Amino acid sequence: MNAVTLQNISKTYDKGKVLAVDDISFEVKEGELFGLIGPDGAGKTSIFRILTTLLLADKGEASVAGFDVIKDYQSIRNNVGYMPGKFSLYQDLTVVENLSFFATVFGTTIEANYELIKDIYDQIKPFSNRRAGKLSGGMKQKLALCCALIHKPLVLLLDEPTTGVDVVSRKEFWEMLKTLKKKGITILVSTPYMDEANLCERIALLQKGKIMSVDTPENIIKAFPYMLYGAKSDHIYKLLNDLRTAKQVESCYAFGEFLHVTLKEKQDDGKEILRVIAEQNGHSNIWIEEIKPGIEDSFILLSAEQD
Amino acid sequence: MDEEKVITCKALSKKFGDFYAVNEITFDVNKGEIFGFLGANGAGKTTAMRMLCGLSFPSSGEATVAGFDVYKQQESIKKNIGYMSQKFSLYENLNILENIEFFGGVYGVERKEIKERSALLIQSLGLEKEAKKMVGELPLGWKQKLAFSVAIFHRPKIVFLDEPTGGVDPVTRRQFWDMIYEAAATGITIFVTTHYMDEAEYCNRISIMVDGKVEALDSPANLKSQFSVHSMDDVFYQLARGASRSAD
Repeated sequence: MNAVTLQNISKTYDKGKVLAVDDISFEVKEGELFGLIGPDGAGKTSIFRILTTLLLADKGEASVAGFDVIKDYQSIRNNVGYMPGKFSLYQDLTVVENLSFFATVFGTTIEANYELIKDIYDQIKPFSNRRAGKLSGGMKQKLALCCALIHKPLVLLLDEPTTGVDVVSRKEFWEMLKTLKKKGITILVSTPYMDEANLCERIALLQKGKIMSVDTPENIIKAFPYMLYGAKSDHIYKLLNDLRTAKQVESCYAFGEFLHVTLKEKQDDGKEILRVIAEQNGHSNIWIEEIKPGIEDSFILLSAEQD
Repeated sequence: MDEEKVITCKALSKKFGDFYAVNEITFDVNKGEIFGFLGANGAGKTTAMRMLCGLSFPSSGEATVAGFDVYKQQESIKKNIGYMSQKFSLYENLNILENIEFFGGVYGVERKEIKERSALLIQSLGLEKEAKKMVGELPLGWKQKLAFSVAIFHRPKIVFLDEPTGGVDPVTRRQFWDMIYEAAATGITIFVTTHYMDEAEYCNRISIMVDGKVEALDSPANLKSQFSVHSMDDVFYQLARGASRSAD
């Protein structure tokens, strides 16, 4: 059974002027860790709000844990855990008060489902009497996750849980998600960080309200149609401009330490062609190699095709 | 090495009660340099930036920004820097041209100059058709590019960018860095924070703050070889993993 289904879902705002979600369909399988990957304005939050029954779609059908988002909205609310992008716990209640409030609202107790949150809650337990508003960003995030889990939901919906969080806390958070997945909870999580796509089993790449691709990260990368080259020299910004203006080059983008370059036509000696361009433009310490593309390469290519 | 220093910082500290938010940081930033200012949440980056922007008095230590003292010449500092953050947006209910005119005026650019430069700016951004559009109607990527252009409109010696590319799509993020490189090439010094480790690679030098102190300061290549790792992500992880503090 699918834990989440969306069929031709569309949503507009401002009397139809702004198309936020454009005919989107995908499924999340039971027990799956599924990622919605896309920048701000891609439609991620609208999708979450439709699935949590907080917003009505203009068109299409959707279900969560087998319940229809319109007919069975009450059942969905009882069976999903939702962590919105904006911190939404009670700032004036303490850690333990927030947790017990959410447990009570869902007709359960902290003790009844403690096993599920134990690993996460142990990390904030020393601060259980601190007000939520006084917690650090990383701790707020952990408390919000505990509150979303306390009624043992069938599906966990996490809207940009790692945005603005540093690399260390992001790694910890994804470790927690892996552990929850092992306990059988279906997780739909969104992120603007392309590097986090690889931590999901399957992903949907979203841009401007449209799905560009749904598949495993490996398959999306495998479908990248070009040979990709990494390039650098002593003057990387000059090299970027020189390669971009070269007639053989299809695309050239900065990617951390290297430039990522594709050529217009498939060439057996692509490395040599790029080296000659760099040399002709007077570059020194030139380094050019064939490299494996990543999700961000695929995303850039697919969004160029979309425009 | 007699490169012109745009920021000098010597044992600069900020104490809140018994808590050292910033604990004796020392570094210089050269003219035209792209300087990455990294650190975990709560490491003290924002507090340090507020002191350098003339918005908060240090508890001890010395620092100059654009040649002005952070204790005595805060107003001169403010006139000579630009500032842009992810949260700061322009006035959404003013159009593009009005925003440029407003901020140009606030920073004391002459009326005639504003007119000439704003026409050039709108042309170089390719926004001729949108010039009379409310800023609130622009896509996020355009807003951020415009905010950056406005932050350097008065030709400051240095511009502080606080997570300028958060949430922006991958293509626009790269276009934004093109603008940063261009600005640096005209001699404007760039002081930038980011959570994207690939962007750390675009900086000439990087400092990494942990628990109020600068724990590493060098070029990305040197940092990677110093820590014997292959990516800035690993450098950052090794340093910040041991942090005892975490906050917003």
